[in-house]
Amino acid sequence: MSVFDGLRFRKVYSPIHNLDPRIKFVYVISIFVVAILFYQIIPLLFLFFLQLPFVLLARVQRQWLRSLRGASFLAGFIFIVNVATTYFTSGYTLLAPNVENAAAMTLRFVVLVESFSVFFLTTSPDHLGLALEESRVPYEFAFAFTTAVRFVPVLAEEAQTIMDAQKARGLELEKGSLLKRIRNYVPVLIPLIVSAIRRSLELAEAMESRAWGATKKRTNLYLLKLRRGDYALLAITVGILVVAIYVRLFVPIPTITQLL
Amino acid sequence: MIVAEDVHFSYPNKVEALKGVSLTIKDGEFVAIMGQNGAGKSTLVKHFNGLLKPALGTVRVDGVETKKTSVATLARNVGFVFQNPDHQLFSETVEDEIAFALKNFGFEPEVIEKRVTWALNLLALTQYRKTSPFLLSGGERKRVALASVLAWDPQMLILDEPTIGQDHEQKEKLRQFIMQMQTQKKTVVIVTHDVEFVAECNPRVVLMKEGKIVADGVGKEILTDPALLELSSIVLPQIAQIFTKLSVLGLPKDIIDIYEAKEIILKAQESGLRK
Repeated sequence: MSVFDGLRFRKVYSPIHNLDPRIKFVYVISIFVVAILFYQIIPLLFLFFLQLPFVLLARVQRQWLRSLRGASFLAGFIFIVNVATTYFTSGYTLLAPNVENAAAMTLRFVVLVESFSVFFLTTSPDHLGLALEESRVPYEFAFAFTTAVRFVPVLAEEAQTIMDAQKARGLELEKGSLLKRIRNYVPVLIPLIVSAIRRSLELAEAMESRAWGATKKRTNLYLLKLRRGDYALLAITVGILVVAIYVRLFVPIPTITQLL
Repeated sequence: MIVAEDVHFSYPNKVEALKGVSLTIKDGEFVAIMGQNGAGKSTLVKHFNGLLKPALGTVRVDGVETKKTSVATLARNVGFVFQNPDHQLFSETVEDEIAFALKNFGFEPEVIEKRVTWALNLLALTQYRKTSPFLLSGGERKRVALASVLAWDPQMLILDEPTIGQDHEQKEKLRQFIMQMQTQKKTVVIVTHDVEFVAECNPRVVLMKEGKIVADGVGKEILTDPALLELSSIVLPQIAQIFTKLSVLGLPKDIIDIYEAKEIILKAQESGLRK
């Protein structure tokens, strides 16, 4: 469940944690867009290392590493599928550019994971809800979203308990063929889904009995306000976007195989 | 036989749940593990079927070290019923649910059929054989979970909070059932907060606090020791409370059994001890 651990927010104070979630989100989306723009490994590597100052400033390196480790399985899968398809389509030859291309695709995925990880690690669910509300998202939706985010670790913990309970009944998750292994997860997924639904119904009842939605017009104790750091991040984001689009359009990007 | 020697365990979030626990549970024993929330009770019993492996120290089940074998192998001898039945029910019918573990252990179809019928009967679930477990009430789901473990007739049984959500009748049935397992020389370990239930069963009691065992002995002694129980945020059983108050009259304090209590009170009344 290390993937979820890499997304779990922990209360720490750092310059990154104090940034406005809206600007941070714009930044993450920009990184996302830039990662999609390029398919060469050099700019993607650059993008990967660009996040490091954020991670270090926010002091979340350990959790961030854990989320990368959690993504490693899927990353490996992407790499293998890419190499395999080019291997078969290029007439059963393994070419260096093909491998490099597969590595670039994998890196693209890793960049997406790392930027989202930084966002969720440094943004509290409350902040996130506030940001949604102030972006004119109806409160019901904002609330549903923050609740969903908040319950991810709870569900992860529950999944662990369910796995334990089924293992105690002789279920061996890592046994059998690939298809069998996937099917092994049915006894874990069904209780997880059922209990999530049951939990949500209970939550709804508990909230309604505490007069949720009684007042139509809500006000907030804390309001989001853009500060100097936020403007700085916005400038950096715009800068990254401009540079990226310029490079994409006008600068020929060599591959590593060409450089060698 | 379960032998834990100096077991230490920490969760990934650095919470040190067990700080050197040594405990031997002999075959055929009935043990209640008690203690406040977070004392490490559940963590300890999860070591008994290998779900958790000690960071330091060893746990041996029938001589086999849990670190060196799989949960599935250990589970054949150690049945573990989790606290919340919703964490394990997934089948379309109660029957399939009970057969799940039997299939995992590779029983023959005819044997599975026989065992399922036996387990359904044992827990008064026969009428729900073809019902979806999700349509049953909380108490019934709990019994299905129990039946699904009992079906393979494990030599040792671990029950995590078995009395939660059960009405008095079901608790009484559970008690009788545990007694029945005792006559078959089976080991039963329960983790519970239900002090009245423990008082009625009078098993060996292991009291835990902050990852350590603070007391280990017969229920009658531990459950009548106010200082010890207060340390673990456990209230004395009601009968023990009464006899603690009555001890000024020279009555014994260490009473938790209702029949024994009745005898003592009647005798005291006869001898004219009144106030």
